[in-house]
Amino acid sequence: MRITQGAFSFLPDLSDEEILAQVSYSLDSGWAVSVEFTDDPHPRNTYWSMWGLPMFDLSDPAGVMYEINRCRQAYPNHYVRVNAFDSSYGRQTTALSFIVNRPAEEPGFRLSRTETQDRRISYSISSYASNKPSGERY
Amino acid sequence: MDTSAKGSWDFQMNRPDQPRSKGPGTALGEGDRAADEGETHLSNDALIDLSEEKEKTKIEAILASLDEELVGLGPVKTKLAEISSLLLVDRMRKRFSLVSSRPNLHMSFTGSPGTGKTTVAMRMAQLLFSLGYLKKGHLVAVTRDDLVGQYIGHTAPKTKEVLKRAMGGVLFIDEAYYLYRPENERDYGQETIEILLQVMENQRDDLVVIVAGYKDRMDKFFESNPGMNSRIAHHVDFPDYSIEELDQIARLILKDQSYYFSKDAEEAFGEYLKKRMAQPHFANARSVRNAIERSRLRQANRIVNSQSEKISKDDLMKITAEDIRLSRVFSDL
Repeated sequence: MRITQGAFSFLPDLSDEEILAQVSYSLDSGWAVSVEFTDDPHPRNTYWSMWGLPMFDLSDPAGVMYEINRCRQAYPNHYVRVNAFDSSYGRQTTALSFIVNRPAEEPGFRLSRTETQDRRISYSISSYASNKPSGERY
Repeated sequence: MDTSAKGSWDFQMNRPDQPRSKGPGTALGEGDRAADEGETHLSNDALIDLSEEKEKTKIEAILASLDEELVGLGPVKTKLAEISSLLLVDRMRKRFSLVSSRPNLHMSFTGSPGTGKTTVAMRMAQLLFSLGYLKKGHLVAVTRDDLVGQYIGHTAPKTKEVLKRAMGGVLFIDEAYYLYRPENERDYGQETIEILLQVMENQRDDLVVIVAGYKDRMDKFFESNPGMNSRIAHHVDFPDYSIEELDQIARLILKDQSYYFSKDAEEAFGEYLKKRMAQPHFANARSVRNAIERSRLRQANRIVNSQSEKISKDDLMKITAEDIRLSRVFSDL
């Protein structure tokens, strides 16, 4: 099951040229771009591991692309995303976030139902991939 | 999974030749740049209008403004004109689909302090940008402190950080010979040099490195780092200014700041230059600038302490001989 998260998630995966164009737009808008990765696909897993510090003061996307490629090399079977942070007063939040790398196989999620008091049912999902310890998934 | 997205993972990236940056506000603005879009490859018997090509890249305007705003520096200007001609020819060759690899653009600027190395580097960035060899055309000026770390494992990230910032523009390394300290075997400068060499070789499309410094020390630096020497295509030597050129520079600076020399001040300044040039630590244009700053200070002091109640516009603009002759240079100790 293909994870959809962040911007462009319903499009086919972006090519390197498209990623460069998006990063270039972010830099031109004055946003600081950072790269993050994880192997836990749960939708509530908000805080991914940082690949280095956010990159400030860049003006050309080549530097970001270099870090993306290094992260892909180190974690070819992880999810990798690019965040662009808008630091302007009044916004101060992530302005753009999109996935740039995903595992070759995404096994999907198990939906489990638990019966609780008064025949109520609570639902939870868990990725089949996360049955294995972190680092050995995918 | 789209495999093309992971096609090349190495340092170099496969990208089309067209500039992709379409976002608002690049370093110099889209308008300053020759339009690369829509240029199809020409047939073998087509002809290119040279003046139109020059017009499009605006190199003549940039070279002319260089000529106008920078006094002297004959050999430097010739070299710049040569480089820009090469790049222009290269652009035209590309339109005929003639194969030519991207020229090596890394440079070394050598010369005494205050001969305009940083200024020319800035112009160079602008020139390369308008010819389409740089994507942004900004200048990142650094020294050893910005590149070399303080402990093991600190240098590589620090250097890479600077390199990333400089991408799309020019990385200007002032006094580059400090990177190499032969007297200390464990100096981290060597690591910086290795990373620099790697990037200079592999990411030639993304940035141009200009190293600068005193002539003799740069020569020694290149001698002990042959790898650096072979990766730098253009060695530009900045000559010292003659006394007439320095005088001209002084006029330009004064004009910029709406001041002028009175008749006797001109004479005094000529004498001042002669004396100052003979003294140690003479830094060409920088010394001239500082001298003018100091005479402005003295002029201000003279006006404030003067007995006259009424001050005219001319008084505020004029620098007299007295303002110059009070300099330390004239007090023969």
